[in-house]
Formats: sequence, structure tokens, C-alpha cells
Amino acid sequence: MSTSKQQPLLEVRNLRVEFPTRRGSLIAVDGVSMEIAPGEVLGVVGESGAGKSMTGNAVIGLLPSPGRVESGEILLEGERIDNLPYEQMRKIRGKRIGAIFQDPLTSLNPLYTVGEQLVETIQTHLDLSEKGAKDRAVDLLEEVGIPSARERIDHYPHQFSGGMRQRVVIALALCAEPRLIIADEPTTALDVSIQAQIITLIKKLCREHGTAVMLVTHDMGVIAETADRVAVMYAGRIAEIGPVAEVVKNANHPYTHGLMGSIPKVGHEVERLTQIDGSMPRLTEIPTGCAFNPRCTEKGPRCMVERPILEPVENSFVACWKFDPEGTGA
Amino acid sequence: MTAAARTVEGGGIDMNFISRTQDTLHRFLDGDVWYSFTQSRITIVAAIVTIILVGASVLAPFISIHDPFNPVNLNLMDSFTPPVWSEDGRWAFPLGSDDQGRDLYSTILYGSRLSLFIGFASVAFSMSLGVSLGLIAGYLGGSVDAFIMRVADIQISFPGILIALLIDGLARALLPGESHDEVMVYVLILAIGLSQWVNFARTVRGSTMVERNKEYVQAARVIGVSRLFIMVRHIMPNVMGPVLVIATISLAVAILSEAALSFLGVGVPPTQPSLGTLIRIGQDFLFSGEWWIVIFPGMTLAALVLAVNLLGDWLRDALNPKLR
Amino acid sequence: MTEPLVKAKGIARYFDVSPPLLNRLIEGSKRQVVKAVDGVDFEIERGQTLSLVGESGCGKSTIARLVVGLYEPTGGSIEFEGVDLTALDNRKEEAKLRGRMQMIFQDPYASLNPRWRVQDIVAEPIRHKKMFDTRAEVTSRVGELLSQVGLSPADGEKYPHEFSGGQRQRISIARALASNPEFLVCDEPTSALDVSVQAQILNLMKDLQRKFGLTYLFISHDLAVVDHVSDRIGVMYLGRICELADTRELFSNPRHPYSRFLLDAIPDLDMTGKQRIPVAGEVPSPINPPSGCTFHPRCPFANDRCKSEQPELRDVDGTQVACHGVEENRLEPTG
Repeated sequence: MSTSKQQPLLEVRNLRVEFPTRRGSLIAVDGVSMEIAPGEVLGVVGESGAGKSMTGNAVIGLLPSPGRVESGEILLEGERIDNLPYEQMRKIRGKRIGAIFQDPLTSLNPLYTVGEQLVETIQTHLDLSEKGAKDRAVDLLEEVGIPSARERIDHYPHQFSGGMRQRVVIALALCAEPRLIIADEPTTALDVSIQAQIITLIKKLCREHGTAVMLVTHDMGVIAETADRVAVMYAGRIAEIGPVAEVVKNANHPYTHGLMGSIPKVGHEVERLTQIDGSMPRLTEIPTGCAFNPRCTEKGPRCMVERPILEPVENSFVACWKFDPEGTGA
Repeated sequence: MTAAARTVEGGGIDMNFISRTQDTLHRFLDGDVWYSFTQSRITIVAAIVTIILVGASVLAPFISIHDPFNPVNLNLMDSFTPPVWSEDGRWAFPLGSDDQGRDLYSTILYGSRLSLFIGFASVAFSMSLGVSLGLIAGYLGGSVDAFIMRVADIQISFPGILIALLIDGLARALLPGESHDEVMVYVLILAIGLSQWVNFARTVRGSTMVERNKEYVQAARVIGVSRLFIMVRHIMPNVMGPVLVIATISLAVAILSEAALSFLGVGVPPTQPSLGTLIRIGQDFLFSGEWWIVIFPGMTLAALVLAVNLLGDWLRDALNPKLR
Repeated sequence: MTEPLVKAKGIARYFDVSPPLLNRLIEGSKRQVVKAVDGVDFEIERGQTLSLVGESGCGKSTIARLVVGLYEPTGGSIEFEGVDLTALDNRKEEAKLRGRMQMIFQDPYASLNPRWRVQDIVAEPIRHKKMFDTRAEVTSRVGELLSQVGLSPADGEKYPHEFSGGQRQRISIARALASNPEFLVCDEPTSALDVSVQAQILNLMKDLQRKFGLTYLFISHDLAVVDHVSDRIGVMYLGRICELADTRELFSNPRHPYSRFLLDAIPDLDMTGKQRIPVAGEVPSPINPPSGCTFHPRCPFANDRCKSEQPELRDVDGTQVACHGVEENRLEPTG
């Protein structure tokens, strides 16, 4: 758990990501702070436009143009990485932070065999001979569950199925034994049965290698199965962050509460699902005060003007005036 | 768009029409296309040049000094007058006069008028032909598609100017001498138009095949509307972006083709000269010192084609979200 | 038993995916046919919801398109109120019957023509069927439809891009309701939406079903969604139905190994900490499906019969299952 005294592996402090446009800046991530302890899986969950992927992209230094980190700090093992020049950041990527993206097809170069791509990545980051790198590549493929790895290593990405490709991407992310992996919607493009396989794989690897994972997804089910702690994001801000069991079963923030209720669950006979009316605001029209206030059923006058800060509630931290001693003003 | 959306019910004046038009205008001025226009200085210059040249040729009867095609206005004594800033220049002929004593300034106005008319008309012709065939080929697919596209392949394997020469030759052979001059303009439009429809058809076919599989087209099919309605009302508005770009670039090509044909002497008759005809006439005198007869029409043609081409380039970039 | 509203008998749809003629002649490659849907039977009672569920490539979306007539079936028949739509020669009659069914699509960004105003989109079926004479009547009907799906009549003036994904799906539903259909085919209507919006749309669809007595054919890959909306469920694998059962029955007592395996793959949101056993392997290519029962390479219960003989759907206590193992009663009971 991150509350222990040891130094967090990744620390994000007050991160703010902006996209300058000709009509003013769009704030995609607004004052996000989080920590990931070594070996921990932190889920970052939210609906589209919540800023969850942007947070992940900011950490690996791959914000899509023209986005930039406007303020805040990102520290990896106590060392600032958000202001590093491109070349230095490139060395950290792959070696100390691995990345797994949504679409396994676009993460692999179709013109090279998976072996060539693995060997190249291994040799970039580790001091190994061609032979040593290839052996390691085979080991990695076996570890992520690719049968007859020694033959398949010479295959091209298109010769693999979707699930197998995602396994290759995971192997690629593991090449240099990074301490942290950013996994951005790693199971979204896959069928349910493959999803289960990939989730199991990620869990197993974390356990065996002590790798920390930042798991960015919109799928509460994946989070519930995989994560230790979860950060729920809404309109670029963290609404609630805490141990996964507490957030999933006993959500504090009205948004998280509604979100959990709106997920249909097998075996729960309900005539109607809990419904949060409205939709996430566009980045151009984020309301003042609490960003969730237009959809919130428990809002008070304070929520309309003053932005709530993350405050401890039980074992979680929740950004809602409901839990403030002064209340919502209602 | 607004007007198109209204025609579903046909007839009747929509009270909201004016406010909707304003609405559309606001949207346009607020939109990315207009913004990219204001950000590109070279495009603004090209647009200004185009507007001046098109405006001047439309207004030719009012802003010219005399009608160069009316023999009453001509006096052979005035021939080969140099431009006004030369020693022998006269204000009656600001850019000088040609071998028949026609004022070059007026002749260029009328010549651009003819060039632009042929250009616009042939683009309109090739666009309607190409867009229709492209929509049909792309939407129906199968053997219809194969047939249209093979015709297009054959068409494109002949250089455009060759087709124009062929049609022109046919027209000359088939039509009696006097009527020939009158219809020559239309023969040119047909010839140039025919040499360009393939570009439109190919582009529209490609986009149509993409749009055809989109769910809004399937929704229309489930509703049960006819294929013609789907092609014209659903798909066509969504494939017109690239067509606009090709049309602009085709306009420049069409004007050049017309000039080339006229220069080769198979274009419009000398009594009704276009810019190309003027250049052909003028080049005879280039080496005898009367440079202005060829230089001024040539510069006008170059400026016009360059400006239209630049507009086309900008439009292509502005409408292509990937390049933004 | 009353006559079902919709009845599909042995419908099939094959797609020709052969290489072009020239390649076949020069390289000697063969014609290839994908059996996207290969002999599927189902019935939908009036006012009920039948869901078809399965992974990508199982043919569920193809069935949706076959039912509404976007594809011609390669074989089999689709009956609507006892009339075989595939055998109907009378175009007018067919158009009339087809007018009573509509479809809602998956992608709210592609299913609305971006160049049309919302009011024209919603009014398209009304104008096509010439349901009203005056423009004012059309406008007021469109306003009514938009209100029914939770939008405001004033939204009709806008273009689709001004709406969020969920609102667009509402517009799609309004368009589908415009011609007063009795039967709606919904092809993954919520899978492109965020969960909070998905709940809104599912609730709306249930409300509308109650209000207008609609019959739904619901296509989805999400078992939890399917559990929420349907009365009966057909589980599909590689172009065939492997189990067709009442919703409660399927979830409490799945019989086909593939159904069990799909149920097992549902993420555990109750955090009971149960260990899932992911079944190995992936859906094979439909171009070269396995022999016999197409699920046998992934099935822990497969034997020689499964490898050679294709199982037919058979009644087992009111549930239809296509599995030799179930028939021979040699599967482990579900726990």
C-alpha cells in the first residue's frame, strides 16, 4: 500500500496538461496527484474525455501534439522526469518505464519480425550480444505464454492473432525489466475471453517481477480484477482514489457511486440501472466549482463555485464537499 | 447544406431560411477552413488576384476602353502602339495595341472572359459527369463499377490534349465552315471536360465506397429509401470536399488546356480571341520588338493559373484533417 | 402458444472472400467462402427481447443485417407475422412489412448523416412513408419523437456533431421509432458508449419497450448487458447458435461449454475473489473452421465424436443446446 513509508516508485504532483488551441487552452488534466508504490497496480479509470490516457501519456512523455505539461511534477524513483530532454526521456522509456497500448497492431512495426523488434529493444537497453538478446527474447515470449516461441519469433506481427499480438507487446514492454509499466486500455480491443487471459497474464507478471503498473482503462471490471488501488477521474481531475475494494463496493464520491450503479451486473435482477443524467462536459465547457455539479444529485451552493479538494474519507481520498466539515452549503 | 436540407419537402418559403443562412455563415467564419485561410498570406494574395481577374473579366464590357471585337472601333493606324509608359505610348492604349489596332488592355479583359468561361464550363461539365459516374460506380459496384472504371482507364491513357484535338478535329470535319466558329467554344468545353472527368470519378468512387458502408447509409436502406435518393442526398454531400479541391485544380488545368489548344490554332477563332489565341498572335511579333502583345496576355494567364492553383493547394490542405 | 412475431429458420449467409479472378487463374488459388452465418433458427415472441451474444466474428451482426434485409440470405427463411420475407415477390408488400421493423446501429458517430440536421434525420422515415401531409405535422411529430427519447424539440435544428455519443444514440432511436415500428433490431447499441451513458440508453430502451410494446432483437458481446435486457439469449460461436435459453436459465445453469466459459470470463465486479480459469485459445478463422463441432479445439470435454460430427441444436429441459457432451450427459456439472 502506498501509505507505507517507503519511497513511491512514481509520484505525480499537481499535474496539469494543456492543449493550446486558437480559442484558448484546453485543460485535459487538471491538478492530478497520485503515487504508485513498487509492485503496486494502480488503476486509473474514467469515461472518455476524463483525462486518464493523457495522464498516462504525460508520464511516459508521449503527449500528442500540441499537448504539454503546463505545471506540476512527475517523479520516477524520486527523480524528476517531466522536464527531461527528448533523448534522455527516450532512454527512460523502455528501460525504466514500459508501455502497453490499446491496439496491439499499431504498437508493432509490421515490416519487422517480432524477434527483430524484441532483439532491437533488448539491445538498446541492455548490454547483451545478439545471441544473448535473442535468447532473452525467446524467454520473454515463453513467459507471456506464446507457444513454440523459438519458431514464432521469426514471424511477422500480422501472423499473430489479436490476443497473441498483445502478448508480444507485453513482452516488448518487459524487455528491459522496467520497474513501471503504463498499460493504456490493454484489453479494450480484445474479445472477452482474450481479455481474461491478458488480465491474468498482467497480474502474474507483476507478482513475479515486482513491476508496478499504471492500468488506464474505462472498464471497471478489469480494474476490479487487477488493481490494488484505483483513481477515478472525471473531467481531468481525480474524483476519488483509494483501495479498489472500497471504491468498487462502497464508493464515496457521488460520481463513482453512480458509475458503479450504472454498470449492469450479471445475476443482479434490477428493472432499471442507476442512471447519471447528462454526460461528461466537453473540455471547452468544464463548469466552475466541482466539474461534476451539473450531473450531481447531492450538490449544494458551494459545489457551484468552489472546486473540492481531495480529502481523506475512510481509507480513500475523495474530492467532494459532501465530506467536508463545512459541507456543500446546502 | 442549408438549402439542400430544405428541399426534402420542396416548395414553400421557409421563414427560418434567412436566420439559417446567417447561422451557416457564422459557422463558416468560425470554422477551421476560414481560420486556415486567414493564417495563410499566400492564399489571401492568390484569392485577391483571382477575384480581381474574375471580376475584371465579368465586368469587361463596363471597364474596357472599347469593344475590341467590333470592327468599327478599330483603326489599323493604331496598330503596334507600345504601352503608355513607352515613348510613343498613348493613354487610349494603356498596355499598347496589337497588329490590328486593338487595345490590348480591352482585349485581355475580353480574352480572360472567354478563357474563364471555357474553364468554368468545362469543369462544370467534367464535374457533373465525373461525380455522377463515380457515385454510380462506387455505390452499385460489381460489373457497373468495372465497366465505368475500365472506360476511365482507357480515357486516362490518352493525354487530355490529344482527346481535345481529336474531338476538335471531328467537329471541324463534321460541321460546315461558318457554323464551325460559333460552336467552337462548346466543342472546346466538351473536349476539355471529357479529358478531366476521370479525376472526379475516381475520387468520388473511392469516397463513395467508404461512405456506402457507413451506418447512416445502412439506416437509410433499412428505412427503404431508393438508391438514387441515397446516392444524391446521403452520399453526395459527404464526398464533395475532395471534389471541390479537384474542381479548383481542374479549373487551372482547363484554362491552360484551352490556352494550349488555342495556341496550337485549334481553339477559338481569332475574331474572338482567348488568352491563348492572344499569345499565339503575339508570339509572331516577339522578335520584331512588339513584345507587349505576347507578354501581357502571357502574364495574365500565368497569374490566373498560378492563383487558382494556389487556392486549390490551400483548399486541399484545409479540408484534409490529417495535414492540419 | 401464440404465433411468434419473428421466426428465422435455418438462415445462412456466406461471403465470397476469394482472391480476384486473375490471382485464381495465375496462382491457382481456390475460391474461398466464409460461412458468416450457417443455419440459425430462432423465434421472437411479441413484446420480448431475444439477444444474440458472442465474440467478434461469430456472425451476430450479420444476422441483424439479414433480418432487416440489408443482406440477402444464402439460405433459409425469415418470417414476420408468418409471412416469409425472403420469398416475397410483391415489392409493395415487402416494403410494408419491412416498414414495421427498424434498426439501431452500433456507432453513434457513423449512423447519422453528418450533413443533415437532426430534424431531417428523424423525419426521414416519416417523409419516406408520407405519413403526414403538411410540414407542420412532420415538425410536431419530430418534436414529439425527440421528447420521447429525452431530447428537446429545439435540438432538431442542430447538426449531429453538436451532440455527445449518448445523445446521438438517442437521435438514432428517435429515427427508428419514427415509423411506428413493432420490431427493433439493435446491433450493439451501447458498446461504443461510456458506462454511465450506456445505462441511460438501456433504461430508455426498456422504457420504450414497455410503452410501445416493442419487440427487440438485441446483439451484443457484453453478457452483463444482455442479462439486463433480454428474455431469451442465444449464444453464438462461429456462425451457429450453440445454446438458446431463457435468460435466467442461461445464467444459473449454462449447459454448453462455450456458454460456461463466456460466463466465467465476465469480470468479477462483486470482488468475491473467485479465481477465474481462463480458457486457452482464440476464436479460429471462419475461413477454415475446425471440423465437427467448431468449438472442439478449445473445449475441455471434446472427444472423437466432437471432432468429426457437427452437433445440432437439441431440446434439453426447455433449453436448446448444440453439444454432443450435453446430449451424452458426460459434462461436469457447473458449480
